[in-house]
Amino acid sequence: MTTVAAKPATMAQALQRAMRDAMAEDPTVHVLGEDVGALGGVFRITDGLAKEFGEDRCTDTPLAEAGILGTAVGMAMYGLRPVVEMQFDAFAYPAFEQLISHVSRMRNRTAGSMGMPLVVRVPYGGGIGGVEHHSDSSEAYYMATPGLHVVTPATVEDAYGLLRAAIASDDPVVFLEPKRLYWSKAEWSPDAPTEVAPIGKAVVRRPGRSATLITYGPSVPVCLEAAEAATAEGWDLEVVDLRSLVPFDDETVCASVRRTGRAVVVHESTGFGGPGGEIAARVTERCFHHLEAPVLRVAGFDIPYPPPMLEKHHLPGVDRVLDAVARLQWEAES
Amino acid sequence: MTVQELPGAGAAAYRPTPPPAWRPRTDPAPLLPDPEPYRVLGTDAPLDRALMLRLYAELIRGRRYNAQATALTKQGRLAVYPSSTGQEACEVAAALVLQEQDWLFPSYRDTLAAVARGLDPVQALTLLRGDWHTGYDPHEHRIAPLCTPLATQLPHAVGLAHAARLKGDDVVALAMVGDGGTSEGDFHEALNFAAVWQAPVVFLVQNNGFAISVPLAKQTAAPSLAHKAVGYGMPGRLVDGNDAAAVHEVLADAVARARRGGGPTLIEAVTYRIEAHTNADDATRYRVDAEVEAWRDHDPIQLLEAELTSRGFLDDSAKEAAAEAAETMAAALRERMNADAELDPMDLFAHVYAEKTAQLREQEAQLRAELAAHQDEDEGER
Ligand SMILES: Cc1ncc(C[n+]2csc(CCOP(=O)(O)OP(=O)(O)O)c2C)c(N)n1
Ligand SMILES: [Mg+2]
Repeated sequence: MTTVAAKPATMAQALQRAMRDAMAEDPTVHVLGEDVGALGGVFRITDGLAKEFGEDRCTDTPLAEAGILGTAVGMAMYGLRPVVEMQFDAFAYPAFEQLISHVSRMRNRTAGSMGMPLVVRVPYGGGIGGVEHHSDSSEAYYMATPGLHVVTPATVEDAYGLLRAAIASDDPVVFLEPKRLYWSKAEWSPDAPTEVAPIGKAVVRRPGRSATLITYGPSVPVCLEAAEAATAEGWDLEVVDLRSLVPFDDETVCASVRRTGRAVVVHESTGFGGPGGEIAARVTERCFHHLEAPVLRVAGFDIPYPPPMLEKHHLPGVDRVLDAVARLQWEAES
Repeated sequence: MTVQELPGAGAAAYRPTPPPAWRPRTDPAPLLPDPEPYRVLGTDAPLDRALMLRLYAELIRGRRYNAQATALTKQGRLAVYPSSTGQEACEVAAALVLQEQDWLFPSYRDTLAAVARGLDPVQALTLLRGDWHTGYDPHEHRIAPLCTPLATQLPHAVGLAHAARLKGDDVVALAMVGDGGTSEGDFHEALNFAAVWQAPVVFLVQNNGFAISVPLAKQTAAPSLAHKAVGYGMPGRLVDGNDAAAVHEVLADAVARARRGGGPTLIEAVTYRIEAHTNADDATRYRVDAEVEAWRDHDPIQLLEAELTSRGFLDDSAKEAAAEAAETMAAALRERMNADAELDPMDLFAHVYAEKTAQLREQEAQLRAELAAHQDEDEGER
């Protein structure tokens, strides 16, 4: 095997490479979706796959998300590992019937005899100036559905590792791709021993002592930036990248909060009924006696995703994160 | 008995007959589309001169509108623009066949149809400019919001038309969708409801050859999209979508039929998407220029212009007048779009519910305070 030296790669390239490697290793891996063939997907994540593996392995489907996922269920029943691409977050909604009534509960329904080893890739979140229906953070819907794994990378390396893990998983995985990080870059060598991130493991992206920012996907870079800015105020913030929303890594998250005694959950999804509520509750239940302040949430407003020209007011940014940190009852310290 | 003769949603007609007395509920023969797309231009069919001149002027204006919107996108004034260049005959005819009280259900590609129906172009472009989602009150011109989730507007059109009929109102709904959209489940459900309810609705499918990169051959194995009508028990019509006279005639017939209680029609207009899917798309990845060029030779404006000129309907002064009117529209659009959109961040919370919830009021106060703090900082820096 030739080793390719690390050079700048984008998250989009790492995702493409993950599918390519999985397809090369395992002939049962099939990619299907809208425009995934000659075009390589509207974000070019499947670029070159149809050419390399043929149209039966990377298939442009009719425009019908329920049909795409429904046929993927049948393909999985017959021993294939479908990797389905939904074109945008909001365009996955027609497939919810299949996802919720079949994909998520097939294993349970059949008393364990029929699993659903398929991946549903969903570009999600805002910040790219998309018009209506192109910027939803739909993770809470998926999280609320038992039987689905829900993962989301924030780095180039994790994009590769998590997608490999998702494709290898014997359970269905909703793989949320933060579209505004598609073009983020990192030094990355696909052939270096990339540690395949196990599904269900969070990671501390930045160690700190003052408080923990619990976050994932598109909000990870925001939190890292906030943590840098916070040093000016004398706060040393720890940043935990969840990577996996389901299963949830209570251990890593709670270990961090017990160390710091304070926590803010940060995500783009709406606050009300959003992931942050579950996370805050879990942390409070487990770390109550270590907490110096209530767990706070910084989230998108409880509104339909705004039009491009107004999205900057909606998206949780560095200032909002720092405002929340400032409200973590520091008075008690002095 | 054909569907046309059914007395509205006559329940009795739909009661299944037990075997062995099975027979088709509907005679399929009259529902079948023509084997070739219906054409008027280039035949010796009589043409209504005034109507043709109106179509011509609207096509010229429509082409100019598409060019202007595309230019504005390149200048960063629109977030994205899905152009209907090459499809103007369908867009314009769809608007012209409707009466004032009728409703139009456009997709994201159909801003031109909305403009041709009388909607202010700036309001029509709000979605694509990105200052709001729907830039107009749908009731005002009876134009439903431009719809992005494919085919989801179709059941709305059926429901509205059905409701109007229940109320005894003379209203027809015309719903527009692309070839790709016909693969969605909502397309099937809408057509089925429309036929079962005999709703006064017309479905116009603009088959422009592609759904982003996906060619029609990967979308359907049906003989034509118009053939799909037969399975629902409604007539399907196949028409040359670049023949403005033909599209207008077929649409007008279907609207008239719906209006007199004859039920829905599915129309497939065969046309071509001359531009890429949107400015963000790279069409060279999936089609060759030669194909585009071939379609440029079957251009809706050229076809109509040649016909009207040869019939002596169109002279240079009429052409100039149409071009001038189009330029005036484009200049006004340019000027208005070059001014920055008026934005109020508080709009984020203004329209989520009829009345703001306590939670939204809290969040509104938060944003207001943040903006005020920023303003103070900015002033402090000065
Ligand atoms: C439910 C849904 N899935 C996917 C998309 C993304 N998408 C937007 S336009 C488009 C192609 C539609 O093609 P067609 O219906 O032929 O209309 P055209 O763009 O050619 O006018 C796709 C896949 C969408 N808008 N809605
Ligand atoms: Mg199309």
